[in-house]
Amino acid sequence: MLALPCPHCGTRDEAEFQFGGEPAIRPPSAVTDTVWADYVYMRSNEKGPHRELWCHAGGCGQWFVLTRDTATHAVLP
Amino acid sequence: MRLALGGRIDRAKKLSFTWNGAALTGFTGDTIASALLANGVKIVARSFKYHRPRGVFAAWVDEPNAVVDVRWGDQHDPNARATLVSLQDGMVVAGVNGYPSVAHDAAGALDLLHRFLPAGFYYKTFMTPSWHHYEPRIRAMAGLGRVGAAIETRAFETRNTRCDVLVIGGGPAGIAAARAARAAGASVLLVDDRAELGGSLLWDNATIDDGPALDWVATAIDGVRVLSRSTVFGAYDHGSFAVLEDRATAPTGWAEPRLWVVRAAQMVFATGAIERPLVFPDNDRPGIMSANAVLAYLRQYGVLPGRRVIVATNNDSAYATAIALRDAGAVVEIADARPDAPNIEGIRVRPASVPLATGGRGGLAWVDLGPCDGSRRERVPADLLAVSGGWSPAVHLFSQAGGALRWDDTLAAFLPDAAGRHVAGSVTGAWDLATCLAQGHRAGLDAAGRASDLAAPHAPASALTRPILPLWGLDLPGTRQWVDYQNDVTAKDVRLAASEGYRSVEHLKRYTTLGMATDQGKTSNVNGLAILADATGQDIAAVGTTKFRPPFTPVPLAAIAGLRAGALFAPLRHLPVHDDHVALGAEMRDYGGWARPACYRGIGETTAAAIKREATNARFRVGLFDGSSLGKIEVQGSDAAAFLNLMYYNEVANLRPGRLRYCLLLRETGVVYDDGVVARLAADRYLLSPSSSHTAGVLAMLELWHQTEYPTMQVAFHDVTAAWATFAVSGPKSREIVVALGGGADLSEQALPHMAMTETMLGAVPCRIARVSFTGERSYEISVPSGYAHALWRQLLDLGEASGIMPYGIESLSVLRAEKGYILIGTDTDGMTLPVDLGLEGPLRAKKIDFVGKRSLLTPDATRPDRRQLVGLLPADPAVVPVPGTHAVLRDGGGKRSLGWITTACRSPVLQRSVALGMIESGRARMGETIDLFHLGQFSRATIVAPCFYDPAGEKLHG
Repeated sequence: MLALPCPHCGTRDEAEFQFGGEPAIRPPSAVTDTVWADYVYMRSNEKGPHRELWCHAGGCGQWFVLTRDTATHAVLP
Repeated sequence: MRLALGGRIDRAKKLSFTWNGAALTGFTGDTIASALLANGVKIVARSFKYHRPRGVFAAWVDEPNAVVDVRWGDQHDPNARATLVSLQDGMVVAGVNGYPSVAHDAAGALDLLHRFLPAGFYYKTFMTPSWHHYEPRIRAMAGLGRVGAAIETRAFETRNTRCDVLVIGGGPAGIAAARAARAAGASVLLVDDRAELGGSLLWDNATIDDGPALDWVATAIDGVRVLSRSTVFGAYDHGSFAVLEDRATAPTGWAEPRLWVVRAAQMVFATGAIERPLVFPDNDRPGIMSANAVLAYLRQYGVLPGRRVIVATNNDSAYATAIALRDAGAVVEIADARPDAPNIEGIRVRPASVPLATGGRGGLAWVDLGPCDGSRRERVPADLLAVSGGWSPAVHLFSQAGGALRWDDTLAAFLPDAAGRHVAGSVTGAWDLATCLAQGHRAGLDAAGRASDLAAPHAPASALTRPILPLWGLDLPGTRQWVDYQNDVTAKDVRLAASEGYRSVEHLKRYTTLGMATDQGKTSNVNGLAILADATGQDIAAVGTTKFRPPFTPVPLAAIAGLRAGALFAPLRHLPVHDDHVALGAEMRDYGGWARPACYRGIGETTAAAIKREATNARFRVGLFDGSSLGKIEVQGSDAAAFLNLMYYNEVANLRPGRLRYCLLLRETGVVYDDGVVARLAADRYLLSPSSSHTAGVLAMLELWHQTEYPTMQVAFHDVTAAWATFAVSGPKSREIVVALGGGADLSEQALPHMAMTETMLGAVPCRIARVSFTGERSYEISVPSGYAHALWRQLLDLGEASGIMPYGIESLSVLRAEKGYILIGTDTDGMTLPVDLGLEGPLRAKKIDFVGKRSLLTPDATRPDRRQLVGLLPADPAVVPVPGTHAVLRDGGGKRSLGWITTACRSPVLQRSVALGMIESGRARMGETIDLFHLGQFSRATIVAPCFYDPAGEKLHG
């Protein structure tokens, strides 16, 4: 079980969090279908350092981005 | 036999137990294994595959043989590990995998067939006509205990805890570490799996700080939290560990094992080491034991497992056993594989000598000793052969936690690479007590991260320090030399696997089953891979070890499940008037995590009849429905309207206060995620009604978009679902009941039309009344704070009695809504359904802002003309209700192509025929067409119609 740093509440157990996947920057709607599809569907699926969204759903409700090594689970600064 | 004196057992407390029906005795402090040895029991088990007789080999978690069936009171463990279970008065112990008994096993003759049962035999010998022909009988012959038929109903408890420093292992190194970490100010949890702390100190007769070692233990752990009889069985991420606490002998009486989840900032691995067997011909005979186990039985339990003993070793550790046996009165010889041998008073030491063969009926009678090549041999009588093949550090948990291992040629062991981690004691390959104590002290301070002026404990240095001579088996053709006792894997099996190309240690493991038994190869792993290295011409370091995974020792699955079993596995939420529903005879089922009434069956009434009755009553008189589980999310703030307009597919900013609108919520993919009614309570205040099972998801979605995309908007969300109870009064006679309720609200059609709401008071109770309908009839949804739910429910039933009010359940509602073509998200829609597929295209055309999912609705796929669309279907046979999932097909010559499928179907009471909804390719262009349906090989036909079967003009909503 991971221990994740909530920016408000400090380090808490993984069970309190909801995973939100890789953050994506929403493009304006004027972009091409390909660019839009990349935003909606394509994720990098990194092995190694990976930026991802988490929500402290069982606590303060804050969504935040953290960088985690997907191979070692190390939470990186 | 039991010695007259000695051991850490309580000789004043005699315990009676039975072994295969025979009455025996032991003492408090015994394990089942020590009591069996004390009673002279040689054969405790039959081996897994060949049914060979086996005796107790070890004294700890490494025991490969002594798995027994234990009954005690109403407890039953079919695979108890005899070396770990504390003996209790009245225990009924029996051998497993032997018929009629392990001592006289009819299947023992299987051993004669061993040449037909080599490694991977099931791929080779039993192939005609097929393996499946033989498998059931072979499975019945193999194996361990028989599980009882009773379903596990015991409640296992789980606890969570945290600490600054977790010390794993209560031997000298672990205790020194805990002591030092505590002195440095850390909160320390020391976990040890034995009944008594001390580890090797329990049998070493050691001295620490110039006094008896166990006296030092008692003072060293002052201020340290100790979990005894507790096994750390898994190391997980970020310093979390799983611990199983055995509470069979808890001070308060027997209790189920307890699971601890420990989160530690730092941890010290002081997990000890496991003695390896020597690999030589017939090394599995009862009476052959680990040398260190013999010492433990002697000193801990006062048991002398043999009187005429040969100690066979390739290292110095077994000398302590030999000396202790001599002192206890046994006749002892040492066969040392190394060419030089020290003089030990009263013990004959044979240098360059190993066991070459063993013999005896039902136990050990003699051992042939000689040089490794077998060029000479001398038969020596013996009833006990104590063996030591060296030590394997117990690196299991260290490795699980991510630590790297390296092979050390000098110590002939895999050692932990301690960089950045805290390890101490024999797990590091240190066999000397003084070194272990020093390492433990250092590791404890390092883990605490603070200094202390506490002096390190000291002990005399060890006298014998000659290096080990690695010995991985004897090159004696035609002999059977056991590597894995529990799974019956021999050195020959390992060599056979290597010659057949299984060069990877992971492949070797799976092909031969080496290390796959319940002991997980604790005694066999290193011997096996060393033989593989030799057979494949590789270094042991290059072969490596198999991956260490949890659990370190077997764990009952029920302990991992804890209380999350049965009704508590996924607890259902209860409605505020749950008890009223039950009292009315409701059949409560799980709908989206809520226990809700399916229908209210009368005595002798079928479910179908109840649904028909309830639905008909709501259509023509009046029904009462509990909608309290429907989500209620309040949204408030000066930007509430603007924000929700960005979220919802439908326009919500132009909604007037007091008005409602049916709206869809999309994913960014354009797919419909949820539907529900949005109410505007005030200019800056909305109330959303997500589906019962989507409330948490919708709230999370709103929070995500607000926090990540529109953080400057002034808006806040609050889930008030549980705060309000909501009851729908639905049917032509609904209005009169709501009028009778009083409260003073203007219920006229002008003041409260369909899709409007009002806030009023029922006496002192705040109340919301909304005109919204999921049945197609005039309906009022009345909401009060949950505490008043029961009163309102009773009052509505009383007020409606004269009008013929009846409660109706979800199944009845489902019929009513299907007749109207009202969709159910997740039933009529799936992960591909877009709003246009449901015929809801207006907002996409009218709404200019960039709401969630909009861009996806403009892609070529979203605008294809041949998308599946929501339609109604009238089966050709009105008496037949098609099964949801039935495909509509286009028959094309001999083949057929799916056009889509039926999502909802029921028998409509009001139309007195079957009706269905479905998602059909280009459905709206096929109105009036009759198409083929196909389900489980059967064809039928149906006509495509608009998805509304009753009152299409919606007049009854206002009637």
